[in-house]
Amino acid sequence: MDRSDIAKLAELARLQISNEHADEVAQSITDVLALVDQLQAANTEGVSPMAHPLDAVQRLRADVVTEPNQREAFQAQAPATDKGHYLVPKVID
Amino acid sequence: MEWETVIGLEVHVQLATKTKIFSGSSTAFGAEPNTQACAIDLAMPGTLPVVNAEAYRLAVMFGLGIDAEIAKRSFFERKNYFYPDVPKGYQTTQLDSPIVGPGHVDITLDDGSTKSIRIHHAHLEEDAGKSVHEGFYDMSGIDLNRAGTPLIEIVSEPDISNSEEAVAFAKKLHGIVTSLGISDGDMSQGSMRFDVNISVRKPGDELGTRTETKNLNSFKFMEDCIALEVERQIDLIENGGKIKQETRLYNGDTGVARSMRSKEEANDYRYFPCPDLLPVEIDDEYIEAVRSTMPELPSARKARFISELGLSDYDAETLSSDAVQASFFEQAAATASDAKLAANWVMGEVSAHLNSDEISISEAPITGELLGGLIVRIKDNTISNKIAKDVFEAMWAGEGDADSVIEAKGLKQVSDTGALEAIVDEVLAASEAMVEEYINTEESKRKKKLGGFMGPIMKASKGQANPRAVNEILLKKLNERL
Repeated sequence: MDRSDIAKLAELARLQISNEHADEVAQSITDVLALVDQLQAANTEGVSPMAHPLDAVQRLRADVVTEPNQREAFQAQAPATDKGHYLVPKVID
Repeated sequence: MEWETVIGLEVHVQLATKTKIFSGSSTAFGAEPNTQACAIDLAMPGTLPVVNAEAYRLAVMFGLGIDAEIAKRSFFERKNYFYPDVPKGYQTTQLDSPIVGPGHVDITLDDGSTKSIRIHHAHLEEDAGKSVHEGFYDMSGIDLNRAGTPLIEIVSEPDISNSEEAVAFAKKLHGIVTSLGISDGDMSQGSMRFDVNISVRKPGDELGTRTETKNLNSFKFMEDCIALEVERQIDLIENGGKIKQETRLYNGDTGVARSMRSKEEANDYRYFPCPDLLPVEIDDEYIEAVRSTMPELPSARKARFISELGLSDYDAETLSSDAVQASFFEQAAATASDAKLAANWVMGEVSAHLNSDEISISEAPITGELLGGLIVRIKDNTISNKIAKDVFEAMWAGEGDADSVIEAKGLKQVSDTGALEAIVDEVLAASEAMVEEYINTEESKRKKKLGGFMGPIMKASKGQANPRAVNEILLKKLNERL
């Protein structure tokens, strides 16, 4: 991992990582990847990939409305709302 | 040298559940902003998703409807990206283990030929919220009512060669999902949205670089957008340019397409299995139970229209594709006891009026039963075909059923011999020259001369004379003069 890898990951994760800090982060992630390499060395032939560490299956929920409108309570915590909408800095693609 | 177009479609279909895929919030359309967005939909800390059983059932039913393999074990993954209408910072979706595996959708083209379009897979996922960029000054407004609405995303193989096939495929899928009742299929409300992947190449070459145009919500827009993009790609290549792999947006109202900015960097979604959700397992018994409750598919309905109602292949294909239209037609045919006439009216007047009013058949101002009532009055000679069109106009305008329109406007066809004879006599008396000409014409050519009298007679009867009865009386009266 070098500085440019870290810059790209930081962009994707919306994290701000300063240049001085980038080398340290790169080193930490490289260490993690070394551990992954070690895991990948294990022989997994005949072992099917695991989607979840718990050996259990998902319970399904009946299709019934259980959630009342609590907009007022939720929007009391939002930084800005208007006409029932949550407001965010303008985003247009 | 000719170019070859290669098209693949990704289709998002909102499932007709009452609640969201991972929460008990309502999915009803048109509610006030954010009144159907609970703590789970808002991604509040400490909440956990629970999968909606109905969303799974509908997805399995879709898979059975396209002859696909159904995954007995499937799980959800996180597709990570930042956008304000995706409050979790990821979309919960399926990647490695979609619920619906490979299948196929068979389409019929205008020239009567058929083609099988392979489906790569279809997976379950949640919809995003909506961003509103107008009306909030320099801010964007976020409505999360739609966030978490269950979708299936259907991914086709690049088996589609032109816009006609693309539209036929889209319509067929629409017919399948509405016939199965797994979605209302209402494109104006975003219940069905199409992403179109397009590339061009010279025959025999490797696949060209493709572009993706997102979120088309009408068949017409899809057709126009494909034509535009194919032309753009060919122009660009022939002028020495290179196609850039990009996401494009098409504005159907202006007919203009443009490249979406800012997406290049975000293409790395870093999928991983969602730790909040366990794998879902279903068995053969479950699949068979779903199969046993499946409504009739368009293909089965078409076969029935041919074998039971005696429709032509073309009529059966046209009338069976859309579930609402099919049931409208069946009601009309049953009421009128005449499938052929009902088919003609639904594909003719009804379809023309829907087009000119730009509405779907579910919004039609008349029912199949009302149309059937009109056809009954044509069959029993109460009105002529021509008058029936006027009655239909009035019914469409909301003036009541056929009988009350005929009564109110006095349109009943005159078959009463006495009344018709009087009209015929009147017209003959006023057309001595034409009568002379008829008499002096050779017998074999006289029949042609009859038409000249029909116009004035129909006019004198205000269009209400029964043409067959008039014809008989006219012949009798003219032959008396010979």
